[in-house]
Amino acid sequence: MNGIANHVIEVQGLTKRYGDILAVDDLSFFAPVGGTVGLLGGNGAGKTTTIAMLLGLLLPTAGSICVLGHDMLRDRFAALARMNFSSPYVSLPQRLTVRENLRVYGHLYNVRDTDRRIAQLADELDLGDLLDRPAGQLSAGQKTRVALAKSLINRPELLLLDEPTASLDPDTGDLVRTWLERYRAETGCAILLASHNMAEVERLCSHVLMLKKGRVVDRGSPQDLLDRYGRDDLEEVFLDIARDRRTGSTQPAAVA
Amino acid sequence: MTGSARRIWGLMFRHLALYRRSWPRLLELVYWPILGICIWGFTTRFLAGRMGAGAAVAISGLMGGVLLWEVCLRSQMGMAVSFLEELWSRNLGHVFVSPLRPWELVTALIGMSFIRMLIGVVPAIVLAWGLYAFNLFALGPVLVLFLINLMVMGWWVALGVVSLVLRHGAGAEPLAWSVLFGMMPFSAVYYPISVLPMAVRPIALVLPSSHVFEGMRGVLSENTIHWRELGWAFGLNVVWLSLATALFAWQFREARVRGALLSIGE
Repeated sequence: MNGIANHVIEVQGLTKRYGDILAVDDLSFFAPVGGTVGLLGGNGAGKTTTIAMLLGLLLPTAGSICVLGHDMLRDRFAALARMNFSSPYVSLPQRLTVRENLRVYGHLYNVRDTDRRIAQLADELDLGDLLDRPAGQLSAGQKTRVALAKSLINRPELLLLDEPTASLDPDTGDLVRTWLERYRAETGCAILLASHNMAEVERLCSHVLMLKKGRVVDRGSPQDLLDRYGRDDLEEVFLDIARDRRTGSTQPAAVA
Repeated sequence: MTGSARRIWGLMFRHLALYRRSWPRLLELVYWPILGICIWGFTTRFLAGRMGAGAAVAISGLMGGVLLWEVCLRSQMGMAVSFLEELWSRNLGHVFVSPLRPWELVTALIGMSFIRMLIGVVPAIVLAWGLYAFNLFALGPVLVLFLINLMVMGWWVALGVVSLVLRHGAGAEPLAWSVLFGMMPFSAVYYPISVLPMAVRPIALVLPSSHVFEGMRGVLSENTIHWRELGWAFGLNVVWLSLATALFAWQFREARVRGALLSIGE
């Protein structure tokens, strides 16, 4: 698999071992510009570990990671400036207002005219009334929108999202998904999405990696997987794989 | 501002905004130094009444020791607690996936340490002058060199504490408050090194603080600057700071191997 210029992420032979535990086992995939790749798998499948390695938070035991043309093991800061991350499991400082939090990250990502960018994001994500409220006083849905604004502060070319709509009501979840689709269409941003929400993955992802015990057990577009497993939705495919009920009838696609 | 300067300012702005919104944190910064100077001030006033004229130098030494030790202590706690604030707010994951370099993180923590030290120690210096007529600046320009050495010592101790927190998680955070107190008996803050038993003097001699306080007593009692003591303090600070930096770099990398940067906690 040769890396080509229009791949935002190129991962080859990625392995992470903690003592005897193999968290990620020889993972290889590409993510194309403007595409959305979904990481699907049960708890402990290796999704968060993979994202942590892509972000440079975690050093792999073996393998290579190239993000936006930069080797993440040697030159991660050049890539980090052009990407961003959101997870409901990582908080923003609770006592700071939303505006102060966004200003902090505007500085950390060296965003020009941070105040204008904050105003723009507030307008697009309907955060106007929240800007001067402490982050700790927001509801789960409001926090998710603020976290999304933080992850977009630097107009990222690659967005890594770990369960972006976890704990959101259907209305807010749909709002976030709609906004992500629009942002991707307008900017060509690539998205790597780890989620347990199968409907979300079907809607947003152009490619899906099915992970189990750190290995890719299947991959392809959502429609490919549905066809291959003869199922009506990805949740059934997920259960087939998780419970070893059946396997896809054709070989998985090579890319993503 | 360059990219690095903006990132350093960004992290400092995060902490300054926190203090603006949390008066208990601000109060805590000035509370302990003022409490310390009050207790020692009254103690020295009591001793001055009981002792002869020769007590003046010893009493000045006590007051100077209290204030200069606060500089070291507040510098150390300012840096370590600023790092712990990121841990407590579960914000480290966001900080470490931003383009903020580790050296920029450390520089921002040093900046916050300096600001926190000023907020804590300046009122205590003013109080010592107003209530007890002790003027720290009577030490002369060499005071700047004493202060620099004590701040640098606070920073390398804090860097060691941060390294241990990276290694052992939040379980190591009590060290942020306690580790420097463990060095105090060997730092010759209130008494000369010669008072210490021979067996523990080597410990005192490898600490920059003991040389600073010996130097301070030299200025107070003989009105002489002991450059040799200052040289030792600077040299030892260079060695300890290098070791602490290497320890931090090692533990930062180890934390990336273990995945502790995202999940650091108890």
